[in-house]
Amino acid sequence: MKKSALLLPSRRSVLAGMGGAAALLAAPGLVGRARAQSGDVIRLGAPFHRTGIGASYGRWYEQTAKAATALINEQGGINGMQVELVIEDDGTDPKRSVEVMEKFSAEHNVDAVFGTLFSHVVAATAPRAGELKMPYFICSESHALASGAFNRYVFQPSITDVKSQVISMAPWISDNLGKKVTLIYPDYAFGYDHRDNFTAAIEAQGGEVVADIAIPPTETSFTRYFPKIPFSTEVIYHVMVGPGVLTFVKELGEHLGSQGPELFGFIDSLEAVQLDIPQLSFLEGSHFWEGNPRYAQADQTDFDAFYREKVGVDENGAAMGDPKNVSTYAHMFSVWETLYAMKAAMEMADYKGPDQKVAMLEAMESIQGFDASNAFPQGQKVFNGKTHQSFGHQYISKVVDGKLEVQHTTSIEDTFYPDETDYTKMSF
Amino acid sequence: MTNDRKLLLLCLGVLAILFALQFVLSSYLVLALTRILILSVFAMGYNILMGYTGLLSLGHAMFFAAGLYASGLASYYWGVPLGWAFLIGIAGSAVVSVIIGLLALRTEAVAFMIVTLMFSQAAFLATLHFSKITGGDQGLTLPTEARSFDLFGLVLDMTHDGTRFNIAFTVFAVVLLLTYVATRGPFGRQLVAVRGNPGRTEMLGFNIYIVKLMAFTLSGTIAGTAGALYGLMFGYIGSSFADFQNSIQPLLFTLVGGPGTLLGPLLGTALMTMLIDRLSGLTTAYLIVVGVLLIVMTLWAPKGILGTIRDKWARWLN
Amino acid sequence: MDIAPYLLLATLEGLVQASVLTLTALGLSVVFGTMRVVNVAHGEFFMLGAVGAWVCAMLMPGPPWLGFVTALIVAPAIVGLLAAAADWAILKRIDYDPEATIISTIGLMYIIQQVVLMTFGPNAQAVDAPFYYTIRFPWFGYSSYKLFIVVAAIVLVFALWRLMKGSRVGLLMRATQYDKDTAQNFGIPVDRVYSGVFAVGAMMAAIAGVLVVPNQQAHYLMGHDPLLLSFVVVIVGGLGSIPGTIAAAVLIGLSDGLLSVFFTPTLAKIASTLLVALVLVFKPEGLFGKATR
Repeated sequence: MKKSALLLPSRRSVLAGMGGAAALLAAPGLVGRARAQSGDVIRLGAPFHRTGIGASYGRWYEQTAKAATALINEQGGINGMQVELVIEDDGTDPKRSVEVMEKFSAEHNVDAVFGTLFSHVVAATAPRAGELKMPYFICSESHALASGAFNRYVFQPSITDVKSQVISMAPWISDNLGKKVTLIYPDYAFGYDHRDNFTAAIEAQGGEVVADIAIPPTETSFTRYFPKIPFSTEVIYHVMVGPGVLTFVKELGEHLGSQGPELFGFIDSLEAVQLDIPQLSFLEGSHFWEGNPRYAQADQTDFDAFYREKVGVDENGAAMGDPKNVSTYAHMFSVWETLYAMKAAMEMADYKGPDQKVAMLEAMESIQGFDASNAFPQGQKVFNGKTHQSFGHQYISKVVDGKLEVQHTTSIEDTFYPDETDYTKMSF
Repeated sequence: MTNDRKLLLLCLGVLAILFALQFVLSSYLVLALTRILILSVFAMGYNILMGYTGLLSLGHAMFFAAGLYASGLASYYWGVPLGWAFLIGIAGSAVVSVIIGLLALRTEAVAFMIVTLMFSQAAFLATLHFSKITGGDQGLTLPTEARSFDLFGLVLDMTHDGTRFNIAFTVFAVVLLLTYVATRGPFGRQLVAVRGNPGRTEMLGFNIYIVKLMAFTLSGTIAGTAGALYGLMFGYIGSSFADFQNSIQPLLFTLVGGPGTLLGPLLGTALMTMLIDRLSGLTTAYLIVVGVLLIVMTLWAPKGILGTIRDKWARWLN
Repeated sequence: MDIAPYLLLATLEGLVQASVLTLTALGLSVVFGTMRVVNVAHGEFFMLGAVGAWVCAMLMPGPPWLGFVTALIVAPAIVGLLAAAADWAILKRIDYDPEATIISTIGLMYIIQQVVLMTFGPNAQAVDAPFYYTIRFPWFGYSSYKLFIVVAAIVLVFALWRLMKGSRVGLLMRATQYDKDTAQNFGIPVDRVYSGVFAVGAMMAAIAGVLVVPNQQAHYLMGHDPLLLSFVVVIVGGLGSIPGTIAAAVLIGLSDGLLSVFFTPTLAKIASTLLVALVLVFKPEGLFGKATR
């Protein structure tokens, strides 16, 4: 570097300050260690996507987790111990997420980690959790877990995986919308789960995928992808994530107009986005998959009403008092339910501290499922202890007057597929 | 005592302290220190180019990633033993450095910065584009059987914290001493001559293009060594190691610690890594501190901490 | 889709892309031309324009076009002031050293990004277009607002052209660019010219940001791609050459539109970044530029 220009009076105070900071920087690590050994609380590591492409989900995951934790503590905690959340931002970045997992394990000494959503982050972090022998409860929809890619420490006790969702949707799509499908999906693991499983599922129904279009999740402009949609398409199956989802749907609408093919979307394409805006009017009459119905339905359960109120979401799925602040309602229930699933396993094992980690995991594996309740507001679950994966109802909703109305609820059996792995044969 | 001897003693002292720290620190800090040592190697590589040769690259993530991917992919797809995979990583980054160096060194100053930035950006995009091989954003996790290796009958397990620390420490020590030797001898004097007065150096009969190319290759290869080490030790390779921010990292570390000082990269890396690690628990916007520091260092302490100490009190601290 | 409508769509997309790019890249080019520094925070000024447009849309009652017009005036003004402040607080103090400028503007980039993140949150924010009408071709529909962007860009570029060639301000800028020391001796307030140029450059990016936001959502990380593409344009067009920049923006915008219809966008980006690197290595004056001093 050219010194002549850079050479300006140096501030000794700046340097002295930085030197002094070094001691401070190291200190919390030592402190953290001492604090964690007291063992009178259950500490749960919560890596959320506060920043990065998953940020709109992360914010709501955090709010849901806090609400559920407060409620659990109000009701006496777990085995008489209060639950404490240790939240860290993983930046929706696989590399940072792995580091955060290490931090939870070695510094915060948490009892378990839960709440990761984006599948590429999960894919990087789950093997590390296994190495660190850290119970890791994901809320991700990733099929990698049930396919046997991870290890005995990783569970998905609430939200169903993409494979389940897709195989339960395909028959309905081919019966009601059409058999020639164009897929539009994000260009990474989550999207590939959709592509691979849906292609197989629709072919089993006698349909076919006429084109598949992968879009990078960081993309902000989409029109140029749409010419790849063939004219023979009967159904456009779309699932997008990332900051540009609204633009995606808007441009899709502009491109297709009103006489286009049928649309079937995963609500991911519109999570955290208002539905009743003029640019989205073309969606009227189209269908969406929902993990949990965003709009309170006519036959809303008491459980859903209870959960909505505690998390602070109104009957339209937006934050109480702020209709523009729409939640990620179709996904975030999984954080709430996962906390309760962990609670159930810990209570079964009479969990008091990390020494009983294995007992707690074995308890989790022995659980058959959960009934619909305040703890499981999305509905009944069947849990498969071998694949560590949960199965539940799926919803198909139609846009009517700018709101989503549930048209069809799949049975839990519709989401079943043969086991692809058996984690219980793996050692701890 | 000559200046060089004083510096060598200081280096040895620092190494002794680093080695001893593993018995004192909490397990998390040992892990953090392991990471710091590897990233310091990255920064030391960067320092050879920026500090000693005066060439500012904005694309060193490319070399780090070259080492990371060459070694990681070899291990992942062909099951190459870790020791060999490490050497493949070093070789891979050396090849990439020579090729990029041959092209980029035809330019100077701002153009050099942008050329390195662009090559690095292309490399980053390539890791995304060829996601079928590299795993793209999601990356690849090395299988369990690739997490340990046999060294002359001694099984080294990469999931063990102590093993990891001592391997990182060994590589760090080797690179530190290598840098010491390289920057002292005739080669080191040529580097300084190129930085100080390229015209005169050329007239004295040195081919400055060759000198620069050697520095560039050495710098890139050391960065790649750090990358290979990082990937193999933590068992994960992914494209975020190739992004722009990872090119800024060694620049920042070197700038804070002191460009053109032997121990500056270590100091800068340690301070910044711990600072960012602490902040990410407190605020989501920890990058703001990185930004402020870049500006503050440029404005008031362009020579970094050790560089300033050297100029004021200890001329030998090169 | 058949090849003809395919090409039509790609051309339209390319034109819109080229328009936004021309404005953004011109900002970068003007700054480099006069001050000989590269502003890495340029993409963040673009992002600030977009975020500014969103804030205006939120705060202004009434129809969307009112908020849009307000944003078109207010956002660039604020960004311009900010840029002038950055020039005074940082760039002037390092005497516009090219390398130190790059490092400190990288710092500035991180600061702006993170401040926006902390203030406005991580969500992508949509802004209504000032008017909403879809032009229906037989094969596909196209937003009329996008075509408005093209028109707006042409008008703005023309205005800048007049400013540079026909006014006293432009004369001062060119004099300073030609020989800073002589200009100083002739009583040209070089410091103020620099601040002004830096501000104007940032404002160009901010205007592009305002224009683009009804199309794309405002997001704290959105500055990255415009920065990269502007680099490409400015370098291919020849550093500091305004006609070269415009020509390169149109060329690259169109070819990017076409390329990314036929290839994946990532591959198109790889090709264009490599192109920049190779142009700098083998033809440093740029494809359209004449050899600089």
